[in-house]
Amino acid sequence: MKNYIFTSIFLLFIIFSLSSNFIPGINVYKNFWIFFKEMITYLPFMFILIGLFDVWVPKEKVEKHIGKESGIKGVLWVMLLAMLQAGPLYSAFPVAYLLWRKGCSIRNVFIYLGAFSTLKIPMLTFEIGFLGLKFSLLRTIITLPVFILLAQIMEVYLRDKNFEIKNP
Amino acid sequence: MKILLIFTFVCLLLSLFFDRKKTFSGIKRGFLMFLKIFPSFLNVIILISIFLTLVPYDKMVKLLGKSSGVMGITIASVLGSISLIPGFIAYPLASILIKYGVSYRIIAVFITTLLMVGILTLPIEIKFFGVKVSVLRNCLSFIGAIIIGLIIGVFL
Repeated sequence: MKNYIFTSIFLLFIIFSLSSNFIPGINVYKNFWIFFKEMITYLPFMFILIGLFDVWVPKEKVEKHIGKESGIKGVLWVMLLAMLQAGPLYSAFPVAYLLWRKGCSIRNVFIYLGAFSTLKIPMLTFEIGFLGLKFSLLRTIITLPVFILLAQIMEVYLRDKNFEIKNP
Repeated sequence: MKILLIFTFVCLLLSLFFDRKKTFSGIKRGFLMFLKIFPSFLNVIILISIFLTLVPYDKMVKLLGKSSGVMGITIASVLGSISLIPGFIAYPLASILIKYGVSYRIIAVFITTLLMVGILTLPIEIKFFGVKVSVLRNCLSFIGAIIIGLIIGVFL
């Protein structure tokens, strides 16, 4: 319940702003509405998929394909999975949690996050449209080794630290 | 968006076809997870909307438009790290900046920090990964994003 205190205060502030025509408050509300719409259109589908993935895909399968011993093939699998998705970065955290619980290696979890944040195909088409193929291609080629290296660093750092991803 | 909708729908139909009970328990699990995390998501988008009211898009364009060199990279990386702007707004914004004569290096730093670093979404990340790992991931991503931007600047 305490999670909703901040939300309730915000709601009161918005009601106050709308009724007294407080311009900054109304602007906050307009921005909030844009992001709320984005969240509410992506998340329910994401979570249905997460739930279905949870009941249908057995741990052994995940472990075999993207687990500790999966090698370069595992890297390609998580990247493909991430590239096919859409939505803001925070919607990837629940997926990362589920992948990890099903036996995905730490390195591959962070590669998933890296690919999700920078290489989503729906986003790339947008990038190409506005900044050109050359920019997009160059950014992709340079970003790829960087986030794989970051994931490797995370894996080495967390290897014997009893790291776990929690379900909040 | 449409792709996600169709994909979810197809998965649901297939799942229902093979096992009704399993499907419902899957939906239930997903829904429970969603309910648990929903307040955090809500709080984060409240923070984002307040931030964007304080630093609106046209102000960002002005800030980035005037800047160059080390100062420009600093401003671009800080703005990119804090804000959370969906692609359909960020890319048009970036193309406006390029028309203003802002260098590709600064645009690349702004875009990559925007994509890889999330200060405002840190509360959500911490719930899943813990404080230490989340902060480390964001710091490393910040350094990585600046390196990426600098290399792109060499080529473009």
